[in-house]
This record gives sequence, C-alpha cells and structure tokens, in this order.
Amino acid sequence: MQQHDIVIVGGGPAGLAAAVAARKAGVQDILILERDGHLGGILNQCIHNGFGLHTFKEELTGPEYAARFIEQAMAENIPCKLNTMVMDISPDKVVTAMNREDGLFEIKARAVVLCMGCRERPRGALNIPGYRPAGIYSAGTAQRLMNIEGFSVGKEVVILGSGNIGLIMARRMTLEGAKVKVVAELMPYSGGLKRNIVQCLDDYGIPLKLSHTVVKIDGKERVTGITLAQVGPDRKPIPGTEEYYRCDTLLLSVGLLPENELTREAGIAMNRVTGGPDVSDSLETSLPGVFACGNVLHVHDLVDYVSEEAALAGRNAAAYVQAGERAAANPVPLTAKDGVRYTVPQTLDTANMNDKVVVRFRVGDVYKDRYVSVYFDGERVLHRKKNVLAPGEMEQVVLTRQQVEKYPELRQITVCTEVE
Amino acid sequence: METRQLTCIGCPLGCQLTVTLEDGKEPVVAGYTCKRGEAYGKKEVTDPTRTVTSSVRVTGGEIAMASVKTRTDIPKDKIFDVMAEIRAVTIPAPVALGQVILPDAAHTGVAVIATKAVAKR
Repeated sequence: MQQHDIVIVGGGPAGLAAAVAARKAGVQDILILERDGHLGGILNQCIHNGFGLHTFKEELTGPEYAARFIEQAMAENIPCKLNTMVMDISPDKVVTAMNREDGLFEIKARAVVLCMGCRERPRGALNIPGYRPAGIYSAGTAQRLMNIEGFSVGKEVVILGSGNIGLIMARRMTLEGAKVKVVAELMPYSGGLKRNIVQCLDDYGIPLKLSHTVVKIDGKERVTGITLAQVGPDRKPIPGTEEYYRCDTLLLSVGLLPENELTREAGIAMNRVTGGPDVSDSLETSLPGVFACGNVLHVHDLVDYVSEEAALAGRNAAAYVQAGERAAANPVPLTAKDGVRYTVPQTLDTANMNDKVVVRFRVGDVYKDRYVSVYFDGERVLHRKKNVLAPGEMEQVVLTRQQVEKYPELRQITVCTEVE
Repeated sequence: METRQLTCIGCPLGCQLTVTLEDGKEPVVAGYTCKRGEAYGKKEVTDPTRTVTSSVRVTGGEIAMASVKTRTDIPKDKIFDVMAEIRAVTIPAPVALGQVILPDAAHTGVAVIATKAVAKR
C-alpha cells in the first residue's frame, strides 16, 4: 500500500492553501487528490471579479485567484493526482481512491485534510410542484455550462433564491443577451452580498422580490413559465398573490451544502447546523489526524477566509505528523446562542491553543445596532458593537491565549448577540 | 435639480443614499453613515465604472471557453458595447493568462485580457 504523510482530499482553494502551508511547515510527503481534470475547484467557473481583496489586496477573478495558489503549489512541487475520486476514508486513515490510470488504490495517510467543498441544494430538496421539464438548473450548473463549456443556457430567465451565485448569474445571463425577468427570494432578506445586489440586479433593472417563492412550473418538454407567490411570515404562499412569468429557464440559487459523504462514512462527528464536521481550534475533527477546512467545514462568504482557514489546517496537519509532544487536551465547548447560529471551531483546547484563535460564525437574522458578545462561563469577556449583522456575511471574533489563561477553570465559552 | 436613489456597496449596511445633482455644482450626497458612502454616491452619479468579466470561445483548446476581463474598470454605459465585441471573438488555443484579447474594447482605451490559461487539446 502507498503511504503518504499528508493526503489532501480536494484541489480547490482549500486544498491548495492547505498543501502549500503544510509544505512550508516542513512536511515533504504531501499528495493532493482532485476529482476534476484541473486544480482550482469552483473558482475556475467563477469568472467574475471580487476575489482576493483580503489576501492579495487586489480584485481578482476566480480563475486568477486559483492560478495564484496553483503557482504556489507548483513552485513547492507538491504532487497531485487529477481525475481521481476518493471513495472512502477509513477510521485508521486508509484513503481509497480510483482513477483511470491506477484503477482502485489505497493510501495509508498519517494525516488527512478534508477539502471537498460544497454542493448546491438541488430542486429535489425544495418541493416545488409542477412538471419536470428541461430548463431547470442550479445556478452553478448554468455557470459551468456558460463559462467553461460554452453553451447558451436560456433566453428568458427566472431565478429562485438570491444567493450570490444566483445574483452573479443574473448579470452574466443579461450580458449574454438573455432577459432575466425576476429574482424571487423566500426570505424577507437576501442571502447575497449587498454589492452583488446592486451591481448584478440594480445595474440592469432586474427586480428582486423578497418573501416570494415559486409555486408552479409549467412546460412538459421545456419550461414555458413559472408562477410566483408571496409568502407570509410562516413562509407559506399567500393565496391570491400568484403572478405568472413566461420563461424558458429557471435557475435555483437556494443554498449550499457541505459535501461530507466521506466524512460521515469515516464515522466523524458531524454538526447539524453547519453540515460539516465538528472541529477543535486546530481544525481537527473527532478522528485524530483528520482535519477539515473551507466549504466542507462550513460555507464561507469569501474565498479569502477559506484560504486563511485552510492554511491553518495545513500547518496543524504538519504539526500532527511531525508529532511534537502535545499537552493533554483540555477541550472547552463553544456554544452559539441568541442569534448566533453556530461557531467554528466547536471546541477550544485551552492546553494547546495558539496565541490567537479566530472563531467564525453566522447569525440567523438581520440585526442592526447589535452587540456581539463572548462569555467565559458567566463572565462577559468581549462586547463589540456591530452596525449590521446579516446571515449572508460570515462574522468572526478573536480569542487570545492570554485572555483564556486568566480563566483556568473555564468550562464553557458562549458566543451570542445582545441588544445592549 | 435632479435627485437619484442609490444603495451604497461599501459594506453590508447598504445605506440608502439620495444624491442631489445641480448643474455646475458638486453633487450632494445624503443618507450615508461613513466617508466611503459619500465618495461612492459622488462617483456613481458623475463617473460610474465597472469591470466587465465574460468569456470567449476557444478553438482547439482543452476547454471551450477562456474567461476574460477588462484590464481596469470602464464607463458603466459602455458595458454592452464592450460585451458585443467580446461576444464576437473566437481565439485559438493555447491562451495565456493575461493575454490581450481586444487591445481597445469599444474605444474605451481599455484592453480585454484573458483571466485563465487554456492549453491545446
């Protein structure tokens, strides 16, 4: 059986940043496994700009951002197997994968970094009544068809969901000559970035209908039209508010789901809110030596944060195989409360923590003039005013070792929002 | 006198801006809560610009399309003129990252460049 120090599952932005960071931390024997024919992951089809403002201090397109990291991985001579699908990761870290050249093969890994990213929520998860004609795509599928494969997707378009990919595709299809009639969003707020609403919808006069959903799809062979209706606070359609739109295409941009089949089958503890594994502050899962980062851990809003998180996972995987002695773990759970939906990490090992630990989270609703607070047991240790908090934007607080050391008996860390 | 309603893109707050325009005078922005909002409001009514990103058809490449962008931002009202020229382009593989696709898109003085390398099939 082949053996490698670190096996990285996925060669997108997370996998590349993790690999480069692990190499820079001194691990020579690293292998990236990527199921696509190219490195770079979903960035290859995200041809719009706005990537890298934090990492490179300039605005790059997705392929350019990916190229920067691919160059770094090339410069470090990190081997990768493309067109290679990982089938299984066992609890003793045997990675089973397959491709056309090698067939089915096994690799014994000393450490594994999970970088599988996420998938779009499909139509099947939405319970939209009506026929099942051609012309219904997830926004990312339409994006791939247009930007990589060069197909025209549709002429008259309705988009359900105001996630960022849907907004980006509204502009993209408009520029390619399609008529985007409306973007409908079930929630009373958009899950997309403000900048995208202005530059992808407002710029082209595309209406955004909040608290609306698709209640009917017409067309037997191809979509011929859809019916929208307004929804009440219970998110159920209000009779009498139906509006018909003639169209040949319906795009769905209704959320992203971390892709964790491998993680679950390895028996790793999962988090119900994020859809990713539970991790400690070293981004290690419940299976020692298996780390997770990027969208497989929790869905990010900006790729810059994926790269940052993945570099940390890569460094920690390197530290794990270099087997420096660690103090006995003292994991303190982090709890999300009062508007905070989840935290990543879910535990903080106060005995081994870095000087600074970034705790990322998302809120469950739009809040104005709220405080983000952190409690160590009953005591408030951080209290920061935010003009606005929105579910579409990832938030973070930073905990320091210095701060934690003042509480040797710490049992529970709580992250919450507060009115005052 | 003319007023325009805008949504600021500086941060998630999305301040609703009202910009008042009067001939020969600096535009007056109201509704902003920080300096970025005021600057955005002025720029949007006097000189709105955007970076245009798209893709062009590639012959003989390992993938069918090469992604492109305007090297810098261009006037907003030129977006569709630039797009018309981009859509008319077909280039042969290989394509290099940063390769000039159109030297002067729609007389804006701005080049359209490739944002992705495409190898030969």
